[in-house]
Amino acid sequence: MTGADLTIVRGKKTVGQRILGVFNNSIVNVVFVLVALFWLVPSVGLLLSSLRTVGDSASSGWWTVFTEPTQLTLENYAALLSNDTITGSFWNTILIAVPTTFFVVLFGSLAGYAFAWMEFPGRDWLLIAVIILLAVPIQVGLIPIARMFGALGIFGSILGVVLFHIAFGLPFAIFLMRNFFTQIPSELLEAARLDGASDLRIFLTVIVPLGVPAIASLAIFQFLWTWNDMLVALIFSNSQSQPLTVAIQSQLRQFGANIDVLSTGAFISMIIPLIVFFAFQRYFVQALLAGSQR
Amino acid sequence: MTQSAVAPAETSTGRGGPGRSSRASSRRRMFLIALIFLAPALLLLGALVAYPIVYTVVRSFFDASGGQFVGFDNYVEMFTRDSTFTAIRNNIIWVIVAPVTCTILGLIFAVLLDRIRWATAFKLIIFMPMAISMLAAGVIFRMMFQENPNLGVVNAALVGINSWFTDESAYPGANVRADSGLIVQGGTIASDGAVEPGTEQNFPLVGIRADSIPEEAAQAEEPGSAGSDEITGTVWLDVIRGGGGENGEIEDGKSGLPGIRVDAVADDGSIAASAETDAEGQYQITGLADGSYTIALPASNFTQGYQGVNWLGETLITAVIILSYVWIWAGFAMIMIASGLSAIDRSLQEAARMDGASEWKVFTKITAPLLSPVIIVVFVTLIINVLKIFDLVYVIPPGSSKPAANVIAVEMWTVSFGGGNNQGLGSALALLLLILVLPSMIINVRRFREERSR
Repeated sequence: MTGADLTIVRGKKTVGQRILGVFNNSIVNVVFVLVALFWLVPSVGLLLSSLRTVGDSASSGWWTVFTEPTQLTLENYAALLSNDTITGSFWNTILIAVPTTFFVVLFGSLAGYAFAWMEFPGRDWLLIAVIILLAVPIQVGLIPIARMFGALGIFGSILGVVLFHIAFGLPFAIFLMRNFFTQIPSELLEAARLDGASDLRIFLTVIVPLGVPAIASLAIFQFLWTWNDMLVALIFSNSQSQPLTVAIQSQLRQFGANIDVLSTGAFISMIIPLIVFFAFQRYFVQALLAGSQR
Repeated sequence: MTQSAVAPAETSTGRGGPGRSSRASSRRRMFLIALIFLAPALLLLGALVAYPIVYTVVRSFFDASGGQFVGFDNYVEMFTRDSTFTAIRNNIIWVIVAPVTCTILGLIFAVLLDRIRWATAFKLIIFMPMAISMLAAGVIFRMMFQENPNLGVVNAALVGINSWFTDESAYPGANVRADSGLIVQGGTIASDGAVEPGTEQNFPLVGIRADSIPEEAAQAEEPGSAGSDEITGTVWLDVIRGGGGENGEIEDGKSGLPGIRVDAVADDGSIAASAETDAEGQYQITGLADGSYTIALPASNFTQGYQGVNWLGETLITAVIILSYVWIWAGFAMIMIASGLSAIDRSLQEAARMDGASEWKVFTKITAPLLSPVIIVVFVTLIINVLKIFDLVYVIPPGSSKPAANVIAVEMWTVSFGGGNNQGLGSALALLLLILVLPSMIINVRRFREERSR
């Protein structure tokens, strides 16, 4: 819009309306600043708490650092990073989240391709079955799978946690990938088929390169989901294989006395998701928009 | 789901040779290849998602250890057990309150976003909690809502605001020595026996924390002389820091207690007159008629001032947890609705504004109806999500209010893994959750079929 257009539009408003408009906007601005501050308080509070000693945290609130900034210390982080349980569980979180994400993306896009571009009997019924499984609560899986993994000897192992996450991540992954792949113009696939390319070749050379945005969306969504999970790991991991969330929650019983471990641990567990979020938030939003009814 | 699925084009046409057998074999080949592509996903889905549903249904009709068929006993127990009943009731509260709050907030944010220049920053701030674990969010909220106003920021703010409006100088914990000749009754400290006008009544107190003594407090002084219609005296902290001194004597190093209300109570129990102590702790009650009075320091001097709200107690715990949920998910609603909003043709609204429609009219008559599909999607997604809420309820309540905060998913975990060891009841609860999300499954399938038939 050029400057001239703006003046024309403005000219149509009465003086009163113009004043009202400015007034409204400044009210909106003030309210939004307050809302944003409210929304930031929890995270800032956690960060500042993690930077204070347990003694300070037991006697005063984190907001006192604004008047006494000398309280700030990296002590808690140093203590936690030399704590084998915490560092071990940090690695476990990575060992759980990365393979889960990889296999969900791999299996999900393979199946998504089959559902989108291959003809086989019962295809629609299978797809409807996948859509039904989309909303199944993980609670339904807990008891049977715990029993099954017990019999298989993988209850309490990282493998078990990963398998559980892959299985319950797949319906959404298949659904998302299938929806995206069907939007790829059929001419591209036809051309490749006429050239005599096999399905695997088409998948690797046509679908995957074109599907990078969708694959990125799915990968980020699944990674954050798995990284942040507590319930599955609470049941399927043991003290050797537990991820960060489980290690931290075990300190909850003495909330006040463990506030240093809890706040610092919680913040460490947030760092990677926050980096991923800020770097790739566009893809994360895409995954949410594409439907997240899980 | 705003991304509309396009039905795949028919791909089988023109493939294979004209011969029947070769077409059949090409079909079989296609089927085999499809099977290879699908195999890993279908195997995992079948073994770890589909089969468990069947197993859970069967298991819910067996007893705790799984050895004995008990019919519908688990389901009866589910609705009669106290903790499970609380859980179901709380889940209903959750489903009614949380999705509505998130959606309304998200709608307000999304609609007003284009009024501010820093919309992107605002979106990021509101949306960011979506990225962090509910465990971390739970730790945060439990910290914020601690009862002690020195530790919990919410109560600190409330107490701070409260002290703006009420000027209290309270001395919690004040007491007297056994040999002081004073009596303590119901928090009130009073002279033992009658005091007549023209005399003095001193109050040496102990048990007051140093940090509740106000800054203006000064060295305690002997009471001024009392006129014929007056009673005077001093209220002081009968302790010398670092020790020493004689009990009940006003000495160097003992602080007066300013701001304490002193009543002269007549024989009939009415308050004849009152006064307040000054910085040296001295008071002077004037205008007293002849007679005898009891001099009393009413309990209001010594009760703790406003200390905020017991957020994590049984009554408010669910409200606090729902608040933490809103903190996380309002951003989701905002992002979804904002993207729906950006897809709407703005010219309609502009035209209505030109015709003189008010902003409210534009919103209710044009914007809201156009947004209703995306609002419904957000709402349904949140309802499903809220039904399965676990982490926040597991993390935020302290032990004493855990039972009051219970929800179905937590109850399911407790009875089957967290010590209950009753996997029959646990299976019934898991199935209850499955039944509750059934409508959304039907909606999903129906929507998919509509897309196909288009």
